[in-house]
Amino acid sequence: MAAYEIEIILNRQLADCLSIPVFITDIEGNLIFYNEPAETVLGKRFEETGEMPVGEWSTIFKPLDEEGKPMPPGELPLVKTLNDEYPHHKKFFIESLKGETQHISVTSYPIISRAGKFIGAVAIFWKQKAK
Amino acid sequence: MKIKLWGVRGSIATTGPDTEIYGGNTSCVTVTHDDYVLVLDGGTGIRQLSGSNYPMHKRIDVLLTHLHLDHIQGLGFFSPLFDSSKEVHIWGPASTSQTLFSRLSRYLSPPLFPVLLRDLPCKLHLHEIGNSQFETGPFRIQSNYIIHPGPTVGYRIMNERAVFAFIPDHEPALGEKGIIKENKWISGFDVAEGADVLLHDSQYTPEEYLNKRGWGHSTINDACLFGSMTSVKRILLSHHDPSHSDAFLEDMLSSFKKGAGNIPSAALAKEQMEIDLS
Repeated sequence: MAAYEIEIILNRQLADCLSIPVFITDIEGNLIFYNEPAETVLGKRFEETGEMPVGEWSTIFKPLDEEGKPMPPGELPLVKTLNDEYPHHKKFFIESLKGETQHISVTSYPIISRAGKFIGAVAIFWKQKAK
Repeated sequence: MKIKLWGVRGSIATTGPDTEIYGGNTSCVTVTHDDYVLVLDGGTGIRQLSGSNYPMHKRIDVLLTHLHLDHIQGLGFFSPLFDSSKEVHIWGPASTSQTLFSRLSRYLSPPLFPVLLRDLPCKLHLHEIGNSQFETGPFRIQSNYIIHPGPTVGYRIMNERAVFAFIPDHEPALGEKGIIKENKWISGFDVAEGADVLLHDSQYTPEEYLNKRGWGHSTINDACLFGSMTSVKRILLSHHDPSHSDAFLEDMLSSFKKGAGNIPSAALAKEQMEIDLS
């Protein structure tokens, strides 16, 4: 079993130090790490779930646009980054399994290794302040 | 495969009565198979491989882990570079912005050194590597980027009988929780896994490390944890801090062993130490 490249490992170590939710995926979109603050978004603990295939984690919360309509996956920043290997940012709503709706903003960026290879992606979530 | 240590001091060469047992030269190790020689790092220890002291074949391979001064300072005093009959291959980690030639030339040029890299008389070949696999002579070599400031690799040297892992500068514990205890999340895991001998950074005591996080080095505890996680058979603790005397190093190791659990066979790397893995 090969170890992850150090750019991925260092992203995890950084995420471990942050108080904002951070998700790290491989290039297939499989969730390979999420930090403690992200556990409140997913409602699951990383120690319990371990890595999650894209088909599993993407169904845990439902993204909604400003009008409350379901957003197509291709509109999500992380999915865009996985598709085009560029950073993206978007504000939208998510509905958790408990039915709670949160207004969030998400920034995603690609992890491009020192060798110039696309090796994964990171998404950072912020809760929008209520106006 | 035979391994000989020519320099195991970290950061800066340190001579004097307090360091005469473990040595004061900076990073340099040779790995030989029959009469084929690999030179790992070009710290001040490499000077001992010059001239008639250490006859070399026409082709010489020098594998640099990174370009910090304690790993290249001896290159200017490595006689094969000044011998037109020699073919010297220098392997070093690629950077995102500058070539290996350009980065080595920052040292091998005035005002730091009188001779330009491009004027060296030997037949010089530079090879930029990263997460790479290559062969030279009887050796198969794997390099992987590891956690240390600036582009840095560890080397896994293999022949048909043995594996030697060389990671003299490494901070796998960098982060909030130290070394993540899952193999695929450990920097350098693939370099070291199951090696017969691992030479690894152990520059600091845990107390010293508190003020030196992010400098790219390990505590003796983390070095041995890394050795244990990677299931190496034997670990040589290296990159001794220049402020650590021979007595301090021995105290450091014995204190650690008193409190340690299941660790691989650990010893302090010592200049002139030889290990035969034939």
